[in-house]
Amino acid sequence: MIELEGLTKRYGDKLAVDHLTCTVRPGIVTGFLGPNGAGKSTTMRMMLDLDNPTSGTVRIDGRHYRELHDPLRTVGALLDAKAIHGGRSAYNHLLCLAQSNGIPPARVREVLDTVGLTSVARKRAKGFSLGMGQRLGIAAALLGDPRILMFDEPVNGLDPEGIHWIRTLMKGLAAQGRTVFVSSHLMSEMALTAEHLIVIGQGRLLADTSMADFIARNSRSFVRMRSPEQERLRDVLSGAGIAAAPGPDGGLDVTGEDAAHLGELAARHGITLHELSPQRASLEEAFMRLTAESVEYHARAGDGAEPPAGAPDTPDAGRPAWGTDWRGDRRGKES
Amino acid sequence: MAVTAQVLRSEWTKTKSVRSTVWTLGTGVVVTVALGALISALAKNDYENLSPKDRFAFDPTFISFAGMGLGQLALIVFGVLVVANEYSTGMIRTSLAAVPQRGVFLFCKIAIATALALVVGMITSFLTFFVGQAMLGDRGADLGDPGVLRAVVGGGLYMALITMFSMGVAAMLRSPMLSLGVLMPFFFLISSILANVSATKKVGEYLPDKAGQKVMQVVLVDDDAPYGPWGGFAIMVLWVAASLVGGYVVLKKRDA
Repeated sequence: MIELEGLTKRYGDKLAVDHLTCTVRPGIVTGFLGPNGAGKSTTMRMMLDLDNPTSGTVRIDGRHYRELHDPLRTVGALLDAKAIHGGRSAYNHLLCLAQSNGIPPARVREVLDTVGLTSVARKRAKGFSLGMGQRLGIAAALLGDPRILMFDEPVNGLDPEGIHWIRTLMKGLAAQGRTVFVSSHLMSEMALTAEHLIVIGQGRLLADTSMADFIARNSRSFVRMRSPEQERLRDVLSGAGIAAAPGPDGGLDVTGEDAAHLGELAARHGITLHELSPQRASLEEAFMRLTAESVEYHARAGDGAEPPAGAPDTPDAGRPAWGTDWRGDRRGKES
Repeated sequence: MAVTAQVLRSEWTKTKSVRSTVWTLGTGVVVTVALGALISALAKNDYENLSPKDRFAFDPTFISFAGMGLGQLALIVFGVLVVANEYSTGMIRTSLAAVPQRGVFLFCKIAIATALALVVGMITSFLTFFVGQAMLGDRGADLGDPGVLRAVVGGGLYMALITMFSMGVAAMLRSPMLSLGVLMPFFFLISSILANVSATKKVGEYLPDKAGQKVMQVVLVDDDAPYGPWGGFAIMVLWVAASLVGGYVVLKKRDA
């Protein structure tokens, strides 16, 4: 569980993150969505105590990141896949991280195997492709078998197979009861993986809602009608008490009526139709509408944030099978 | 403390797993010893032409350390790369996420690199002394002569301190290019110029390298420095302490 409270970061007179308050719950994938420059990476850096907040706090399972003992065993993060020394081999990169948190070296081989980099483990990271670098970053995040995982734009640079792999991995990690927090600027990507959404724009919270709610609320469906007798069609519709909004390129958009009913209505009045098509605004459009509004909210300085939707039940899944053996080993050694 | 031991092990892995460590330290040894040997050989041949006054001031130990002025640059590069490469590669964010106690992180990194620089520095210092004395032949000094062992051990310590100083500067400037751009000209040119121009000589004597190198001198005739070998060494230690405190404060305060 990650709790942000009034988290604020100011660079000069620009607010990068503006009083962000939200909670990231375990057991589900939480998508952290916002356009480029919305403050996602800054927020994630503050979560890891890399950047100091101007005000506000981040609590990881109730504690400040700095107070965590061997933090990689609690939080695994992929912030920037390029953030590695290119002259070091993949194995040594992971080994130095493991050693700093008392993680046994055997675990390094395990995660290299998980991400499929075993064959290039001794190669210097300099020669890695973007996708391989991303996999190495993910291996580093998994190293401590943490309860909380944070990924900043994890699908960047991955091929379709890699994208599928990371989606499956994230869902699997969440199903094991872990907290999975993933940022993206692509709504379509989030729609496939995230169960919960936190949307920010210009550093402000715009939505904190379950994905199902977001889809229900935002994927507006309507029927697009086009006719050479546009004026008559409009009169007939208003005569029937149906509101029609002018759509793009001279069409009419009708919300709340089904296409069959509208077609019959037009036929009854002998109106020729050139188009009668049910439309569904994509989530991407809904997301763009939401974030575009953030500019206005900002200017008005009003309370632009939508009220958080009811929290979905978080399945309290049993502890993972994943990495349990070496954890057990260690516990044995410590006691 | 358990955490410190873990981080020391991690930093040792980091240091030994990059090629620049071997290259920089290796260059330091080779340049210092080779140049020291060359200058010692030249000094031996030149001895006959020296005036009695100069013969009196002839310091075979210090002559054998003549390569250190150039060789120290390699250790400066080593110190800068150990710290500043964390920033230039972005590794610093991964490192600090693993070790959020920034003081522990910096202390362990500096401790490992210093220990390595000290070992390499001692080897270099003894090697360059023995090779240099061999070149000087009957004009050479013996390790048992008064002050000679102090000078040779001091040479190794000097190399470790110059590395520490560079690491502090790199932690403040956070960029390898910027750090080298400041340190290289400073130690290679500016420090020598300041120490050799009479108007700035007094200032030059208090610079870290000039003060620190005093410990390597054995024959101190008509030496007007206001400090002795260990006094000069102490001045250098103060410089190192200042640079490390500065580096620590910057790391502690700034966003990674």
